[in-house]
Amino acid sequence: MYVAVKGGEAAILATHDLVAEARRGDPAVPEISVAQIREQQALACARVMNEGSLYDQDLAALALKQSQGDVIEAAFLMRAYRTTLPRFGSSEPLDTAAMAIRRRVSATYKDLPGGQVLGPTYDYTHRLFDFALMDEGGEAAPRKAPAPLDATMPRVPDILGAEGLMEAEEPPEGDPRPFDLTRDPVSFPADRDVRLQSMARGDEGFLLGLGYSVQRGFGGSHPFVGEVRVGEVAVEFVPEELGFAVDLGEVTLTECQMVNQFQGSKDVPPQFTRGYGLVFGHSERKAMSMSLVDRALKSRDFGEATNYPAQQDEFVLYHADNVEAAGFVEHLKLPHYVDFQGELELIRRIRREREERLAREQDTMPEAAE
Amino acid sequence: MATLARASRSEIETLLGVPPDHDLLKAPETGTVMVEGRAGGAGRRFNLGEATVTRCVVRLANGRMGFSYALGRDGRKARLAALLDARLQDEAEGSGLHQGIATLAARQAAARDLASRKAAATKVDFFTLVRGS
Repeated sequence: MYVAVKGGEAAILATHDLVAEARRGDPAVPEISVAQIREQQALACARVMNEGSLYDQDLAALALKQSQGDVIEAAFLMRAYRTTLPRFGSSEPLDTAAMAIRRRVSATYKDLPGGQVLGPTYDYTHRLFDFALMDEGGEAAPRKAPAPLDATMPRVPDILGAEGLMEAEEPPEGDPRPFDLTRDPVSFPADRDVRLQSMARGDEGFLLGLGYSVQRGFGGSHPFVGEVRVGEVAVEFVPEELGFAVDLGEVTLTECQMVNQFQGSKDVPPQFTRGYGLVFGHSERKAMSMSLVDRALKSRDFGEATNYPAQQDEFVLYHADNVEAAGFVEHLKLPHYVDFQGELELIRRIRREREERLAREQDTMPEAAE
Repeated sequence: MATLARASRSEIETLLGVPPDHDLLKAPETGTVMVEGRAGGAGRRFNLGEATVTRCVVRLANGRMGFSYALGRDGRKARLAALLDARLQDEAEGSGLHQGIATLAARQAAARDLASRKAAATKVDFFTLVRGS
């Protein structure tokens, strides 16, 4: 129960000043700029854009600056800002096959059209400190190949799909508009579009843990990374007044296609099954975790047992959102004085009654023992 | 419009020169577009998340309308791009403005090509080790 009480205004104003000072740190150290965060902490910005569910690199950088690098607080700022903006509409569905590739690897095919492109990755670093970065690092001078990559690279599941070995992924009849959980309440069982939207804005750590649980046996998935690709994709939008698609510019995306073991039926011969992950920015861990959990959440569709958390849509969808989760966990800090007074009164009464009962039992006890 | 969406404000400002007289039919406005993806890349549509978008509509003194829609929150860029869009419709192909757009497009293509060549330098060349003796 919450009871309105007055007071604390001066304390709250004082804390605003104090947190501003804490955020700034030692004034002898130069202040970090939003552009520096955007350019030099781009992976953190990507996480804020995903969990804040708003693609805007400058705002993500500002959110990180304002929140002292607290990613969930930064995502909260993005969500709050988003609610102040009008929505012009929905984009045309992104065409990730037309991505300008910066990185693309497959664990299923060594030699695939377009090749294995490592791109900018920490995968092959030794995780040893580069103490040179304690000072200013200077400029890197990456190598350049004489020719660019192939203009388009087939998505790996489409290669398997051409052989009929992969579960088909086709739009349902009429290619319906997707459900939007920011506009309508979610109900269960949740369809795939709801699950994918929820995971795209879900907490990376939560999805990573669930994805890991599936691999370790709490869901029995044994997938291969069919493909991870990172790069830029154009966003197209049809404004009402123009009536044709306008190219709004590019967003950076990470896509993961996970290839899982077989499903078949009387009518369909055994096929590999898919798990799909798509996220803003360069966020491979998130895209891979999402694709693991996406496959796990298909269990019911395939008539598999759903004994584990990652297979249960209600559990996953209700707990993936870190802004909601943080809100409910952290609201425990807010005044609960009246609630607690009630609890105090209750426990005192229980103890008093217990003492009275013990005293009564003492009185009625026969003194024959002596 | 694709080229203008990818251009910087200062590039557009330079190309446009002195802004012509105009009415603002729709003042620069920042909102969002819900970005959609498809499950598996080609399947069922789903909402990936929103992106900020700024739009503007202008009308020149001669009645020509110009539109601008681009990712981001730069209202000044949106207005200048809408003016440029209107001017471009009035000018003949091959005019200075159209050439300027072509130059911008070429610059953007060159940047894409450079990024792609840097990625291509990280392409793996597999070789098989000789096994046994």
